[in-house]
Amino acid sequence: MSRYALRTVAIGYLLALIAIPVGMVFYRTFEKGIGAAWEAVTTPPAQHAFYLTVVIALIAVPANAIFGVLTALLLARGRFPGKRLLNALVDLPFAVSPVVVGLALILVWGREGWFASTSVIFSTPGMILATIFVSLPFVVREVEPVLREEGVDQEQAAATLGANTFEILRRITLPTIRWGLTYGVILATARALGEFGAVAIVSGKISGRTETLTLFVEDRFQSLDLAGAYAAALVLALIAVAVLALMTLLQRRHRDH
Amino acid sequence: MRAPRRAVPWGSAASGGLAVAWLSVIVVLPLAAVVARSLDGGLSAFWDAVTTSRAIAALELTVVSSAIVAAVDAVMGTLIAWVLVRDQFRGKAMVNALIDLPFALPTIVAGLTLLALYGPTGPTGIDIAFTRVAVVLALLFVTLPFVVRSVQPVLLALEPEVEEAAASLGASNLTIFRRIILPALRPAILAGVGLAFGRALGEFGAVVLISGNLPFKTEVASVFVYGQIESDAVTSAAAVSVVLMLCSLAILLAISYAGREVAR
Repeated sequence: MSRYALRTVAIGYLLALIAIPVGMVFYRTFEKGIGAAWEAVTTPPAQHAFYLTVVIALIAVPANAIFGVLTALLLARGRFPGKRLLNALVDLPFAVSPVVVGLALILVWGREGWFASTSVIFSTPGMILATIFVSLPFVVREVEPVLREEGVDQEQAAATLGANTFEILRRITLPTIRWGLTYGVILATARALGEFGAVAIVSGKISGRTETLTLFVEDRFQSLDLAGAYAAALVLALIAVAVLALMTLLQRRHRDH
Repeated sequence: MRAPRRAVPWGSAASGGLAVAWLSVIVVLPLAAVVARSLDGGLSAFWDAVTTSRAIAALELTVVSSAIVAAVDAVMGTLIAWVLVRDQFRGKAMVNALIDLPFALPTIVAGLTLLALYGPTGPTGIDIAFTRVAVVLALLFVTLPFVVRSVQPVLLALEPEVEEAAASLGASNLTIFRRIILPALRPAILAGVGLAFGRALGEFGAVVLISGNLPFKTEVASVFVYGQIESDAVTSAAAVSVVLMLCSLAILLAISYAGREVAR
């Protein structure tokens, strides 16, 4: 097959599967003018959904950043039995369906759960737990290879010169992993903002209370308010595009250094 | 002189314990609860729950469409990676950036975008909403990057000399691809396909709007589990969840086994 035929097939496939459908959402959103789209995403439930989405990400992502770095250190530096098991556990959230995640949280924290609680399921803490679960591997997987590559020489040198644990972390370890950590945080943020299935189950989808932006999209769609659904979807799509642009920009800068 | 052991305290004792505790509470404990709940009524109840005709139909649809998606991904993903590495054309950087979009885009938005184009109100006249084709299409969308991104770096690192030598000896393009390139790419393709298959098995958000969730027809396993939770049939939901997790596990093991065979 000639190179042009291959190129045409590849680009045609991407256009039909991704580019044109995403373009369609842009078109549908602004079909009735920018004013209508703006109105659809500034209703009180929409605003609350946006606010809640940001709050959840602001808690879940830093938590995953801190514990992600600790886990990466453990996997890169520690020597202990069961390390391979731990390594596999970190990838588990990628392999489990979001729906199963939601069910799992209900079975632990729900009304009849192992740690029955009335303030987790159908409320924000449960949604945060679900978001932490699904975005857990990113920071670990970005930071661990960097730690492995850099080794421990600098840290040991600092320790011999009398630096304490905290100083080593602040002056040596963190600067070393800053790019990996940045990528991990960006990817985790994108995943946190976009999670749907797990959050749908643990939230109870109460409009204006436990509805995130993705749940708002579904709610508008099911209520046959397509304009609202498309407009909110567009906001999420723009965030996704911004994340991609940011990653590309950072990677280019990282390479140049 | 060896540096004292506490020189690199990260990765041991307290901080390590903290990391393990975190993983246990966030990941292990909830999944253990699912397994425990699925066995609440004993093995026979578990078996009954996963062998109702509706559960079987959902699991079958999920596995079959995931397999179709994995096969299409293997071919199209390799082809796209090839074009991105070996071809030169204007706008290639943009095409390359487009590949990551399905990872960055929330799944519910992915479903909505496909519905906007290929749904009843789409401009094309093609309406695949609420069909099995729609399920496959949604899964193709969300799994697109896996094979492309695992094959691309291997293709980049491939030495062109071997191919040139083969060509100078009279091998056709097809022979070169089959005898030289494909064997080098096989582990990467397999790895990508495994990830894509695993993702497709559990996908929910992209499928839920466009499939219509018709039992026995377009209801995939994750949507079935969702419905069971909504109607308070939690034990049945847990049982099917466990089957889904076992399927993912089997895929992971099969891929790692196949990878080892290839390496040999």
